[in-house]
Amino acid sequence: MPLIELKDITKAYTLGESRRVDVLRGVSIDVEKGEFIAIMGPSGSGKSTLLNIIGCLDRPSSGIYLFEGVLVSEKSDEELASIRNGKIGFVFQSFNLIHKFSAMKNVELPLVYAGVRESQRRETAARLLEKVGLSGRAGHKPPELSGGEQQRVAIARALANNPAIILADEPTGNLDSKSGAEVMDIFLSLHRQGATVVMVTHEPRLAEMAGRIIHIRDGEVA
Amino acid sequence: MDALEVFNSAKDSLVSNRLRSTLTVLGIIIGVAAVILLVSLGEGARAYIKRQLGDLGSNILIIVPGKTAKEGGMHMGTSTVRKLRMSDAALIEKRARYVEHAVPIIIGTSWIKRGNKSRDTYVVGVTGPYFEVRNLKMAAGRAISDADVAAARRVCVLGRTVKRAIIGPYGPLGDSVTIGNARFRPIGEMAPKGVALGFDIDDVVFIPVTSAVELFDTDWLFNITVKVTSEDKVPIVKREIRKLLMKRHAGKEDFTILSQDEMISVMSRILRIMTAVLSGIAAISLVVGGIGIMNIMLVSVSERTREIGIRKAVGATNRDILVQFLAESVALSLAGGLAGVAVGVAIGLGFSYFTSALPVKIAWWSVGLAFFFSAAVGVFFGVYPAAKAAAFDPIIALRHE
Repeated sequence: MPLIELKDITKAYTLGESRRVDVLRGVSIDVEKGEFIAIMGPSGSGKSTLLNIIGCLDRPSSGIYLFEGVLVSEKSDEELASIRNGKIGFVFQSFNLIHKFSAMKNVELPLVYAGVRESQRRETAARLLEKVGLSGRAGHKPPELSGGEQQRVAIARALANNPAIILADEPTGNLDSKSGAEVMDIFLSLHRQGATVVMVTHEPRLAEMAGRIIHIRDGEVA
Repeated sequence: MDALEVFNSAKDSLVSNRLRSTLTVLGIIIGVAAVILLVSLGEGARAYIKRQLGDLGSNILIIVPGKTAKEGGMHMGTSTVRKLRMSDAALIEKRARYVEHAVPIIIGTSWIKRGNKSRDTYVVGVTGPYFEVRNLKMAAGRAISDADVAAARRVCVLGRTVKRAIIGPYGPLGDSVTIGNARFRPIGEMAPKGVALGFDIDDVVFIPVTSAVELFDTDWLFNITVKVTSEDKVPIVKREIRKLLMKRHAGKEDFTILSQDEMISVMSRILRIMTAVLSGIAAISLVVGGIGIMNIMLVSVSERTREIGIRKAVGATNRDILVQFLAESVALSLAGGLAGVAVGVAIGLGFSYFTSALPVKIAWWSVGLAFFFSAAVGVFFGVYPAAKAAAFDPIIALRHE
């Protein structure tokens, strides 16, 4: 059984009275456990929307989405929140860390919503920060960290609840090439340790490091 | 998300915006302090009146001429009613059971003079037992006696204010003063009694009621003050007096019998209503404060849109977000409530410590009430911003700059 099965997923937005935008027009993808997939496509092709749907941040307009064999399309908002919390680790292009929190507290956040005790949260967060090479920076707030460091904090946060899949939306898009390479190394190392990774990118050089490349064009798998 | 985490998160958020939080809760602080102060003033005034009237003797019935529409109301005086006379008082004392004394009282105002000093004051005609009935003590000399009344002697007992005005605080009473056009001999000075219900009880001159009849050329009584033997007999006495006087007044009930307790309860009721109205007005500032909280919470929600998106992305449910923002508004209003309680109680205690002009009695129930009301304000005005935050679409919230 694949980890994720998408069948004929569509997503349409209505803008104003009559303008309808079809962002996804029937996408079918399977993701097997342990895969490293790169999703490529020009901007506006719908690749980020697809990732948001996989990450349960957004809902498809139609189609079937099975996560670990369970139909996600019929889950309530609260159940989706619980899937995002426990099964999915999201890494964004713009890091999306909470600036008033320390790196440690940012990594702890998913654990807070999972109901983990504070002492155990600290322990897990410290271990994850060490894993991404930031144990010395645990007390720093995101504005005090470089872009590469912030993205590594974000990766540590994505790993907090030991998710079934890591979704990354142009994770190196805001980074210089050196930091980008470091971040990429982390994803590759996670993949080697057995993690399932789906990464959206428009850099062919990065995409080629993945085990499989899916091209999206005009809302369809090309 | 457990309660401790919710509390810490709310605390951190409020403390990191200390000035804004303080300004926001100012309305709540003022509202809570005002409610506590006004209720305490009202309660203080009620206790003060009870004590003052209690000081003026107990188990007392007062019969005033004229029928008031409602028992316990104020006597407005109408011309068609038959007046109360000395003989009415005598009859009550003689015939009604359980009556210790029935004192006829005539009150007028007149100038009292000695040498070149004078004062416009109340002249009260009484009989001997009045001083005992009203619990009045002498500071010097003697009170008016039954013999004074029987002989209509021109003698007077001065209240302290009057004595100070025309003789001075330390001078001897002397031989004579002039009241109206007649000369009276001062025979005693009252022990100070103070101000009751805004009426200076020391600003009076007592003379025998018979002399007052001559002085004011009237035998219409201001009232008849009746001392009942004990509290439980008050209703019986009231019935008996009513029966007696109606017989004498051709079956017409053209008088009103008030008991001291009724007067206290009427005053107390009026004060309670005033207190409620005033603190209701003060409570409006709690509502205004609540609107302030709602406003600042809406600002906060919009500033933190991205944070809300992030929290949702890592697994916060709508309910988690709702609870988080609701906790902040409740924490704000509770902090304001606590500060308001501190301010209100401090000012109230300060009042009662530094001045006796305003009788303040801290009503602890109002402290609790104001505090819980402020918490309720936090919930009521916090729900809308919190619900707004909870309803954000995570994708849109994450894109927010």
